[in-house]
Amino acid sequence: MNWFWYASPQTFYPLAGRVAPWFGGAALLLALAGLYTGFFVAPTDAQQGEVYRIIYIHVPAAWLSMFIYLVMAVWAALGLAFNTRLSGMMATALAPTGALFTFIALWTGSLWGRPTWGTYWVWDARLTSELVLLFLYFGFIALQAAIDDPRRADRAGALLAIVGAVNIPIIHYSVVWWNTLHQGASVSVTKGASMQSQMLAAMLLMALAFWMYSIAVTLVRVRCIIREREG
Amino acid sequence: MLDAALCVVRRDLLLAWRRRGDVATALLFFLIVASLFPLGIGFEPNLLRAIAPGVIWVAALLSSMLSLSRLFAADHADGTLEQLLLGASPLGVIAAAKAAAHWIVSGLPLALIAPFIALQYDMPGELTPVLALSLLLGTPVLSLIGAIGAALTLGVRGGGILLSLLVLPLYVPVLILGAGSVDMAAAGMGGEGQLLLLAALLVASCAFAPWAIATALRISME
Repeated sequence: MNWFWYASPQTFYPLAGRVAPWFGGAALLLALAGLYTGFFVAPTDAQQGEVYRIIYIHVPAAWLSMFIYLVMAVWAALGLAFNTRLSGMMATALAPTGALFTFIALWTGSLWGRPTWGTYWVWDARLTSELVLLFLYFGFIALQAAIDDPRRADRAGALLAIVGAVNIPIIHYSVVWWNTLHQGASVSVTKGASMQSQMLAAMLLMALAFWMYSIAVTLVRVRCIIREREG
Repeated sequence: MLDAALCVVRRDLLLAWRRRGDVATALLFFLIVASLFPLGIGFEPNLLRAIAPGVIWVAALLSSMLSLSRLFAADHADGTLEQLLLGASPLGVIAAAKAAAHWIVSGLPLALIAPFIALQYDMPGELTPVLALSLLLGTPVLSLIGAIGAALTLGVRGGGILLSLLVLPLYVPVLILGAGSVDMAAAGMGGEGQLLLLAALLVASCAFAPWAIATALRISME
């Protein structure tokens, strides 16, 4: 099988158009199943009450926010290595979704933090890394928006994404360390008890739904980019 | 190869010397920002002592970043950069030399005047060497990472402000380790751990950043 067959925007455009609705439909079904399991089947948490149910949005969004950056960096590296036009378009198409999930993770996290910790924002290690991740996404989007030549924008964004991906673990561990250094006012986030199986099922369903949603919107967005650039 | 690097460093330093005002502006910015914090926060000595490492490091970060946009701009405008790209010496070496010159002009002076700002904040005397050492190890990393951003935003609309958006998130580990080393030393635990990690960051960025700067320059100049 020739892996480069679909690397051309011309051949990828119809393929993306064909599969995008299926991913969108799967996202809708999985989200309905996940929300139903999360809100009606899964039991109330013994310590946190009903508030905990926000994790069905929060945790999958946080997973995807990090994973999408990685996928973006892989597309970027492929684009720099093979000089394929589609790779850069994919990275560009992924960035807004990644930023959206990062924002959702932060937003739902602070909504959960208010009743549970008594404050909207804590300089917790994970919150802080997520915030820096959001800035990295904004940097990527802003750099690409500022460059008029699409090929240069792709390549410049690709290099930035790779540099960012190399830095993310360093940033994360330095933030974790900084957080333990200033332990005084912080609250422990680690949830003690292991998770109940229905809760886990709901969370995995939601995570799958978010995956499918990301793939669907990325494909639609990449189709728009192809149309814009290739005419 | 080394000759080319030394030549670039010497040339950049000479250019900086001819335009001493530009260099002085970045240092004055550092002094002014560091002096503004007590005006905003108040002059309670314990509070000032507690925030001093963080304030000095943030001011150093901003001051080093402000001079980044000048790193390649003049060479880009008069065509020197194109000649460097076409030349026989590896671009990575030249990129490293440019970053080194930037550090000598904008990072090294910060490490030298930071102890005087520490006096303003009533920082205990035994912490000043830790502060200076952390700046000596950390500011070259800022120049190297910053040069990647400067190369990427070369000739781009709104370059300066965009550069800060790209570079500041990547500066986070340096800030945490740099200010953290002084905090640890102040707590009596010694800042060696953070200083060693800063040195590790410096070695890693010396190894990888020149390659990234060279790639970014090629992308911007094609």
